[in-house]
Amino acid sequence: MSLKTFSRGGVHPPEHKLSAGNAIEVLAPPEIVVIPISQHLGAPSKVIVARGDQVKVGQLIARSEGFVSTNIHSSVSGKVLKVDRFMDSSGYRKMAVQIQVEGDQWVETIDRSDDLVRNTVLTSEDIRKKILDAGIVGLGGATFPSHVKLMVPGGKRAEYLLVNGVECEPYLTSDHALMMERSEELLSGIQILMKGLGVEKAILGIENNKPDAIDKMKKVVEGSAVRVQGLKVKYPQGGEKQLVQALLKREVPSGGLPIDVGVVVFNVGTAYAAYEAVMKNRPLIDRIVSVTGKSMEKPSNFQVRIGTPISLLVEKAGGLPDNTSKVINGGPMMGKALSTLDAPVVKGSSGILLIGDEEARRKEVKPCIRCTKCVNVCPMGLEPYLLMTLSEKGLFERMESEKVMDCIECGSCSYTCPSSRPLLDYIRLGKAEVGKIMRARRAV
Amino acid sequence: MSQIILFTIVTLVAIGAAAAIILYFVAQKFKVFEDPRIDEVEEALPAANCGGCGFPGCRNFAETLVKSDSWDDLFCPVGGNETMAKAAAILGKEAIEQAPRVAVIRCNGTPEFRPRYNVYDGAPTCAIAHSLSTGEGGCPHGCLGLADCVVVCNFDAIHMDPVTDLPVVIDDKCTACGACVEACPRDIIELRKKNKKDRKIFVSCINEEKGGVAKKNCSVACIGCSKCFQVCPHEAITMENNLAFIDSDKCKLCRKCVIVCPTNAIHELHFPPRKTDKTEPAEAETK
Repeated sequence: MSLKTFSRGGVHPPEHKLSAGNAIEVLAPPEIVVIPISQHLGAPSKVIVARGDQVKVGQLIARSEGFVSTNIHSSVSGKVLKVDRFMDSSGYRKMAVQIQVEGDQWVETIDRSDDLVRNTVLTSEDIRKKILDAGIVGLGGATFPSHVKLMVPGGKRAEYLLVNGVECEPYLTSDHALMMERSEELLSGIQILMKGLGVEKAILGIENNKPDAIDKMKKVVEGSAVRVQGLKVKYPQGGEKQLVQALLKREVPSGGLPIDVGVVVFNVGTAYAAYEAVMKNRPLIDRIVSVTGKSMEKPSNFQVRIGTPISLLVEKAGGLPDNTSKVINGGPMMGKALSTLDAPVVKGSSGILLIGDEEARRKEVKPCIRCTKCVNVCPMGLEPYLLMTLSEKGLFERMESEKVMDCIECGSCSYTCPSSRPLLDYIRLGKAEVGKIMRARRAV
Repeated sequence: MSQIILFTIVTLVAIGAAAAIILYFVAQKFKVFEDPRIDEVEEALPAANCGGCGFPGCRNFAETLVKSDSWDDLFCPVGGNETMAKAAAILGKEAIEQAPRVAVIRCNGTPEFRPRYNVYDGAPTCAIAHSLSTGEGGCPHGCLGLADCVVVCNFDAIHMDPVTDLPVVIDDKCTACGACVEACPRDIIELRKKNKKDRKIFVSCINEEKGGVAKKNCSVACIGCSKCFQVCPHEAITMENNLAFIDSDKCKLCRKCVIVCPTNAIHELHFPPRKTDKTEPAEAETK
């Protein structure tokens, strides 16, 4: 089997896929859930329930506001306790709906059986609508509303659907588990997305550290228009621009999207959610989350309802180990440390990683020695050392001309820096400032 | 031999004279007239080039002063009224007097009052810490203690207090240029009117959470009870988003609000001690 990969930059951090091969464990709903109304990229949704309302599983509780926005559904049945601001993973309080769980009553239209449904008579228009109705967003982490991606802008044509089963972040295994256990459904989901987009060809990219998933998916896709391609292990292959390059040797232009080169990329989790939404009328109310870490008693893959407190997940995976020094929302490369364990699981949470003192401690920051390792590993061809200096000095216009907005925040630069400089921290700051400048310019 | 020398001298002089004439005419043609008053005004400015006036440097400000007819929005906070009067005298214009201002830190979240839930070990700047999380304490509005304001101060007027972990403004050095106000990602720092003997009364909190949440995060937070609002005889206090704000232009420094505040969120600085019949100890004593 020939393996492909992207050509520019990249690193290979230790994989530590501790929870790989562990079956997906479906967790019962917790006692109380907190469902934030802004779990996606774009405008926050508008709450349509009030305190005291009774809701069922799958009932719409917040409606999409604007084009780039999506619906949010109740993940449990019970009574709305409060519509108020609750702490999210960063500790800031954001609007959310708090629901006291009572029983497990589902909305009647949802098909809860395990029967596999293959073919659909729906048109691409219907598929898009169903995906919006179900509140599906990109589950790889960026949480971009999926129905928007399915709408190919005028003048452009989608040729390929790429499905991202790369899971290049160390530790995380939720996509791996999904491909192993829900393969048939996943294939059906991919076919639905193909129909939604009107494309004939689809490629599922999987990194070679998951040979079982590659074999399994190869067997499943036999006879369909979907092709499975093994990829050499390299971070950040799961970035969509890197994946497009690895699979098709096409370069997404600076500031552009994959659709500019005739490609649309979806994560495997999103494809599975699309299957559930279109075939089973089941909105996005739960997701698969890896809870892992070296000193974790039982690294697991859980299927949990959105809004479940993260503390409960940690408890189910064996409790908080004594030497835990950081709990990270996401993987070790791109994730952010949680400031509170009470924060809820949201649509974008792909993993919870507990790391001990040894791994968590930041090393002493030393001066830049101009070794250009960061330049060599940057998968977007940027100059991280330069961007960091510009950001420190507040030269944001210059950062813009140095293409800081192309940064995908993969963290390869910070990972590789021998002086342990906080490159990505400063670049993120610069991106935020440049974003403000660009918005101000557009407003004029 | 002497002929060659003579020829060389004559030629060179001729070239020199021709070039001089050409250069003279070119210089006349492309002459840039610069108002000599700009130099004079620039001389009168403090040459701090701090940007406090809103212009990139003192020269730029001087040019604008010379050009503009009305000086409504033009003021040099570093030089103050004195400098503006000097500049006005040079240009024969009228300076608009502004009350001198001073930066005030509106947070009192010392470790004593504000519980710390976690430790931040990322890049040591407030801007980054602010974008990542609420910081070490739970208060999403409080000082992060990473000294972005100290770094930007050109006048050495702010330093961090190692005990309280909060910045301290040295009133005598502060020129109210506003660099720290700009730098603070949480907008804690405010420029307030400078009073006699640096006396000031202000709400040392900017959080807009509801009372209960605010108090849980920080025991000296403004909880929005509006007691100060009711007691103020000068209508200097406004209540907005669970937060009291004292307008320094209206405040008459009567200190009535300080006593009624249940969380000691209102500070009075540089006042003489109160007479003993008042219950609350003056904040000035503890500072």
